[in-house]
Amino acid sequence: MSFYGLVDGTDASLKSYLGNLSGVDQVGAEARAAMLATRSIKTTSKRWAIDTAITMVDLTTLEGADTPGKVTALCTKAVRPDPTDSSVPSVGAVCVYNDMVSVARKHLDLIGGQHVPVAAVSTAFPSGRASMPVKIQDTQDAIDAGAAEIDMVIDRGAFLAGRYIDVFNEIVQIRQVCGDKAHLKVIFETGELVTYDNVRKASFLAMAAGADFIKTSTGKVAPAATPPVVLVMLEAVRDFYEMAQVRIGVKPAGGIRNTKDAIKQLVLVNETVGPDWLSPKLFRIGASALLNDLLMQRMKMDDGYYSSPQYVTMD
Amino acid sequence: MTFEYAPAPESRAIVTIKPKYGHFIGGKFVAGGKHFPTINPATEEVLSHIALGGKADVDAAVKAARKAYSTTWSKMSGKERGKYLYRIARIMQERAREFAVLETLDNGKPIRESRDTDIPLAAAHFFYHAGWADKLEYAGLGTSPKPLGVAGQIIPWNFPLLMLAWKVAPALAAGNTVVLKPAESTPLTALLFAEVCQQAELPAGVVNIVTGDGSTGALIVNHPGIDKIAFTGSTEVGKIIARAVAPTNKSVTLELGGKAANIVFDDAPIDETVEGIVNGIFFNQGHVCCAGSRLLLQESVAEEVLHKLKNRMEKIRVGDPMDKNTDVGAINSKEQLAKIIELAAVGDAEGAERWSPACTLPNKGFWFAPTIFTGVTQAHRIAREEIFGPVLSVLTFRTPQEAIEKANNTPFGLSAGIWSEKGSRTLWASQQLRAGVIWANTFNKFDPTSPFGGYKESGWGREGGRHGLAAYLKGVSHE
Repeated sequence: MSFYGLVDGTDASLKSYLGNLSGVDQVGAEARAAMLATRSIKTTSKRWAIDTAITMVDLTTLEGADTPGKVTALCTKAVRPDPTDSSVPSVGAVCVYNDMVSVARKHLDLIGGQHVPVAAVSTAFPSGRASMPVKIQDTQDAIDAGAAEIDMVIDRGAFLAGRYIDVFNEIVQIRQVCGDKAHLKVIFETGELVTYDNVRKASFLAMAAGADFIKTSTGKVAPAATPPVVLVMLEAVRDFYEMAQVRIGVKPAGGIRNTKDAIKQLVLVNETVGPDWLSPKLFRIGASALLNDLLMQRMKMDDGYYSSPQYVTMD
Repeated sequence: MTFEYAPAPESRAIVTIKPKYGHFIGGKFVAGGKHFPTINPATEEVLSHIALGGKADVDAAVKAARKAYSTTWSKMSGKERGKYLYRIARIMQERAREFAVLETLDNGKPIRESRDTDIPLAAAHFFYHAGWADKLEYAGLGTSPKPLGVAGQIIPWNFPLLMLAWKVAPALAAGNTVVLKPAESTPLTALLFAEVCQQAELPAGVVNIVTGDGSTGALIVNHPGIDKIAFTGSTEVGKIIARAVAPTNKSVTLELGGKAANIVFDDAPIDETVEGIVNGIFFNQGHVCCAGSRLLLQESVAEEVLHKLKNRMEKIRVGDPMDKNTDVGAINSKEQLAKIIELAAVGDAEGAERWSPACTLPNKGFWFAPTIFTGVTQAHRIAREEIFGPVLSVLTFRTPQEAIEKANNTPFGLSAGIWSEKGSRTLWASQQLRAGVIWANTFNKFDPTSPFGGYKESGWGREGGRHGLAAYLKGVSHE
């Protein structure tokens, strides 16, 4: 593997690569994110942002109580988020646990949702605490069942203990399992990495190891996709593009529940990495409740008044 | 796909601007004689006509201030004075939107800045000093510090209401009364503040506002009935004031120009540093006395920082100050624009390399694109003279010692910035820098509790904090 010529796979080269990163000033990063949160997105630009955000949603259910019924309902919603309005685009993907992938794929194909990919969480999600053979098998199972996107978690224990090479090697191995069959999203669980310096380091580590996307969180730990965390990851993606001429995607997940929050994320993208990333190919939002708020805001823009949640489907 | 932000203009319906204003003397608005227009620098629209204060107006204001001082304000307990200051602060918060809109119309600064910085900070200065009013004997300035009397205060156009707050709040907390002259081009928020004084039922004559130009300011400076002069503005005018008050027994504080060094070491957090550079020089169109107008980059990171800075500058939104998404607004006046254009041309002529991002500037009004000059050396005029506009001079250095020498090689000494992730280096550099305010890994941060002021030709005395309070009290040493 080339690792873009940035790392040769040895511990020493990884340490040198990560050691050359500049630090992140916490106060400054938070101030920048807070300033961008003041952007006022109205009228035509709001409408554009809502539709764009819908195409970026990874519509997610990750519960122990998930059933085929729940998952097929979610798939139906993913393809046609608003059954009364065919101008509403499909979402970016459906995101489920490993054992629900085949249910989701079959149902999507059945209802004309071939264009909606299924993403599977993998590598002993959400904790990542399993042996490597288990993580590889977990990923292989999901791909065999029809997952086109793999959302793996990193070993946060290894990262926090400074064993970066172990984290790196795990991503490299899962990348190999994915091959060209599945896109790889690497989840950091930024709420456990805690510092922005760690987030920046994890971003560069995962990108060199072969991630297609870097993702903030599992949705099981708070805080999750806070604006400054996403800002730091977007800056990393921007800098990595200059180093390696490869565009890596970003997926905030967890805590983005309403249209306002989603639009703030799009503003961060627009003013950090620029319009190239304003596409579901390079930006996704992992969410469940968000979609309905986007739909209600969309209706409000059309009708001029807020409708009740009864007018959007629950799943 | 491109994400164009639709116009998001703040409504100006909240403000009522009268066609003509007089002075505010003895608690009442009194008619002026001659008037001059005040315009919106973003559109050149005439907003109102402002009275040009003459000798009779200044005499009347000083007389009203003296009367209020000796009969009411200096006799009142600190606790009672504090109540008035708290009341003013609360009203300013309640009417914050009105102040913000008016400030942006009259000054040209973006509504985001007047809304999020100027007005909240101005209210904070009144809250902070309200707390001091009944605690002066515990300020470490002697057992019973006394007010000075009548303070003549002359403020600039870059932060009109905030500079008013910096001057009026400590003066009133300490028991002085004031005669204030707002800048010729930005008098409107001071006149709205006069309304707030009425609304707060502040005793008549405690605050008097005389509008006018430099000649009105000179009348205040030279008035024998005034005990203290507080001035914020150019070093050139500061020197004239210093000469004028030298043979008198007036106290004086001066807050003057600057040419701050913003020093970036090779271990700086680069992305936040770039934000800090942008904030340091393009905040308020660079109309900031403590602006980080000289960027000193360590050579080993200069290329990376400049590359990122230029990319970041491409995202700066220049335009209608009333749009909530505008980052850089209009230059405050035709005269100031001419001065910026002239100094930038000197930069070209002296061989520095000029760069600006592509941006469309409005046809009407006064505009200057955010600009950086690279290849600047200490010998360039743009590295020595205050431009007071959105123009950054970029210099490089090789060692920390060289950075300090270059940073201090200026007649000014108002502020400086240090960017480094290494605590020991930050502490060392801050001890070497000859500047009144030093920011570490940030820039242009203000707080009423923190004293602000300059070394060398950047001024005398401090404003804000306990030190600023000391400048309005007798029997204590003035820095």
